[in-house]
Amino acid sequence: MTDVAIPVEHAPAEHHEGGGHASSLGLSNTKLAFWLFLGSECLLFGALISSYLLSVGNFVGQVVAGNPRVLATMPEEIMAEIAEKGSVNEFFDIPFTSASSFILLMSSLTMVLAHKAVSEGNYRGSKIWLSATALLGATFISGQVYEFTVFYREGLHFDGNLFGSAFYTLTGFHGAHVTIGILMLVALLIMSFKGKLQADRAETVEIVGLYWHFVDVVWVLIFTVVYLIP
Amino acid sequence: MAIIDKPLALPAGEPRRAARPLGVFTRPKEQTGISAWLTTVDHKKIGIMYGAAALFFLLIGGVAALLIRVQLATPNNTFLSGDAYNRMYTMHGTVMVFLVVMPIGAAFANFLMPLQVGARDVAFPRINAFSFWVFFFGGLMLNTSWFLGGGADGGWFNYAPNNGVAFSPSHGIDFWNAGLLVAGIGSLTGSINLITTVLNMRAPGMTLMKMPVFTWMTLVTQFLLLFAIPVITVAQLLLTFDRRFGANFFNVQQGADPLLWQHLFWVFGHPEVYLMILPAFGIVSEIIPTFARKPIFGYPFMVFSGIAIGFMGWGVWAHHMFVSGLGPLSVTAFSVATMFIAVPTGVKILNWMATLWGGKLILNTAMLFSIGLITQFTIGGLSGVSHALAPSDTQQTDTYYIVAHFHYVLFGGAFFGFVGGVYHWFPKAFGYILNDTFGKVQFWTMVVGFNLTFGPMHILGLQGMPRRMQTYDDAMGFNFWNLAATIGAFILGVGVLMLLANVAYSYSKWKAAGRPNPGPDPWDARTIEWSIPSPAPSHNFDVDPVVTSLDDFWHRKYQEDENGVVRRVHTGAEIAQPGNGEGVHLPAPSYWPIVLAFGIPIIGYGIIFSLWLCIPGALIVIGALFGWALEPADDLDAPGHDHGHDSPGHDGSGDHAEPELETV
Repeated sequence: MTDVAIPVEHAPAEHHEGGGHASSLGLSNTKLAFWLFLGSECLLFGALISSYLLSVGNFVGQVVAGNPRVLATMPEEIMAEIAEKGSVNEFFDIPFTSASSFILLMSSLTMVLAHKAVSEGNYRGSKIWLSATALLGATFISGQVYEFTVFYREGLHFDGNLFGSAFYTLTGFHGAHVTIGILMLVALLIMSFKGKLQADRAETVEIVGLYWHFVDVVWVLIFTVVYLIP
Repeated sequence: MAIIDKPLALPAGEPRRAARPLGVFTRPKEQTGISAWLTTVDHKKIGIMYGAAALFFLLIGGVAALLIRVQLATPNNTFLSGDAYNRMYTMHGTVMVFLVVMPIGAAFANFLMPLQVGARDVAFPRINAFSFWVFFFGGLMLNTSWFLGGGADGGWFNYAPNNGVAFSPSHGIDFWNAGLLVAGIGSLTGSINLITTVLNMRAPGMTLMKMPVFTWMTLVTQFLLLFAIPVITVAQLLLTFDRRFGANFFNVQQGADPLLWQHLFWVFGHPEVYLMILPAFGIVSEIIPTFARKPIFGYPFMVFSGIAIGFMGWGVWAHHMFVSGLGPLSVTAFSVATMFIAVPTGVKILNWMATLWGGKLILNTAMLFSIGLITQFTIGGLSGVSHALAPSDTQQTDTYYIVAHFHYVLFGGAFFGFVGGVYHWFPKAFGYILNDTFGKVQFWTMVVGFNLTFGPMHILGLQGMPRRMQTYDDAMGFNFWNLAATIGAFILGVGVLMLLANVAYSYSKWKAAGRPNPGPDPWDARTIEWSIPSPAPSHNFDVDPVVTSLDDFWHRKYQEDENGVVRRVHTGAEIAQPGNGEGVHLPAPSYWPIVLAFGIPIIGYGIIFSLWLCIPGALIVIGALFGWALEPADDLDAPGHDHGHDSPGHDGSGDHAEPELETV
């Protein structure tokens, strides 16, 4: 396919579904659709976060009340700490997760730079910043895998108790979203290396950027709710 | 790579070499036959397929309903075991809500809305096809549970902890989760697609407040879907994690709160009831002005009451949970909110009646069904307000009074509106008119059957007959009205089947008469979908219609003379577009939507039976995604063009403006 010459004014972006037609709102169909999708995602994470808060609240209540069925699901000293503090926050390694959160937030900056580079036709810059964003995202995911492994060894299991189910579900859903974002970035990077990511495709990069920023913002929320607020 | 031996349908002199797709398949070329339907991206065909699929599932749900009524016809009946009875009412409710009423709404939205806004197609034609197929495969998957261990048995709202493995060890509820999750993907992508179409692809001049009411109701409905689907998705995923992977979200032994399920379900579930009724509201808001020969009364109120219902629908979910011990403050707040939501609904009913008032009524079948909706929905609305009063609701919860209420709004309301809509738009979809006398007989059969079935349930409910109970004792005093309801149910079943009979009957008469074309505007209607030939050509509009007012087509037909008297200056057929699609470029059909949709339920089966099965499913999904991405949305070589249309008055070389060459 690389040998097919496509004049810029007839580049594929023009023929994308929704392209071409003068839109009523002046916003491209694809971008409007993506905003709508993100609106839907807000409700998805809203429901997940609510479920997490309710489940962990109930879990802590059971631990404090000394329900033997619940106490049997994790090592005694962890349960004692949760019961004493009345919260699960002590279980987390806040400095470690803060560092990986910082890495994820920085990837939003490189995403902005990638979009800028693509729209300016700066091919070298777009490759650098797209790779940087994908790498930072991958670093965050590696951190999450490490964190899950540590927690699992400490006794927090998905099928163990409410805390485990809720924690792995919520952070796992977010991790899956970041992973999908990395796949999209890699796809953009491949296009970039094939010379198909020209300035007329800036909107595609912008839309991947919207998704990426959304996932970052959701992480800010999850980090606050899960790790920071007792 | 296909060898293209026919000339490219390109605008003259435009140099363009299209990249050929790398996909496994070449582009489908068929214009007719089964494979044309399987690969179509035409919103009208997809709308018709939604309708056909809904009718198929309606037969399943209807048979379940009749079996329930047979079981309840006499006291102490043993026709169905308790277990079979549980599956029957669960699957009846689930199928009717998710696979009948919702897709009929989607059928009308898909078929009509792009025509009403003057668009060539929806914003994303391939995603539209995907939405249909994934809904259809999800629905089939749900119904394969009948053969793979029995249907779900937890009630259509499937309360925790009753939905756990401990209380429902069969795979029924797993199918319920997986099938509805798969179908939900279709609802989500469909809603994004349709909202984008309404907001972004309106004809020149069609501002938001010049959109037909049906299009407005579609917009509100799709926003409700957009925000409601992720919530039920979370609920069903959590339940799947519990049932299949040992999570504890609804495990009360680990201190879980079963009310989490009720909240998640009804946060989805209440917007859900509005997104089932609003398309029907939109349909009758088109039918009533047409056959009352008057503009809709209070158009802005119609629109804003619909929007108000959409917003307020999110603040009333806990009225389903008044007896779950929410506490007096919550109950009061939700009780008041529920009473308030009756106001915009009442506004709509008032406006329909004011539209009818003083109109020159043409009481044809579509109009009768619309009036049936107003009447029966009002009865259901009044019993609904009686649930808003928490003390009264406490008495009625889980009795047949509730069953009577929601069938009056959903069947007597939404379904009657849909049947009216079928009669109204049938010529636009299929090119012939359904027999009106047959239709009127159908209407009265359905009215008698419906009211005989569900009217007595008010009495049974107030007498204390509980829902979801397999049988009742002879001495309880429920015998007479239950038998009446069973007789009514069979009359109603005949009434529904008469729609299919009428389709066949009218078709044979139309064929015998030499297939006369009903003309673009058989009803002297108001909106621009009637300004194109019947059946609608695949390219919809020859040229973009320019809209200057609400009910634009009517205003082009009727104008005031010098004395201020409204007179007809044109017939619909005179000013309708001839249906000449020469040179119009349409999105090409594609295999990928159905392939992608096929892979997803396989993953669902994998989660139920064996995770190994997820691998082929995921491979199909990934392969289809790649094929989809590499296939240009718009294949310049594909024969997806409408080369004219043999509609009356079309001379093939009309002097209409140069057709636009846009891709949509």
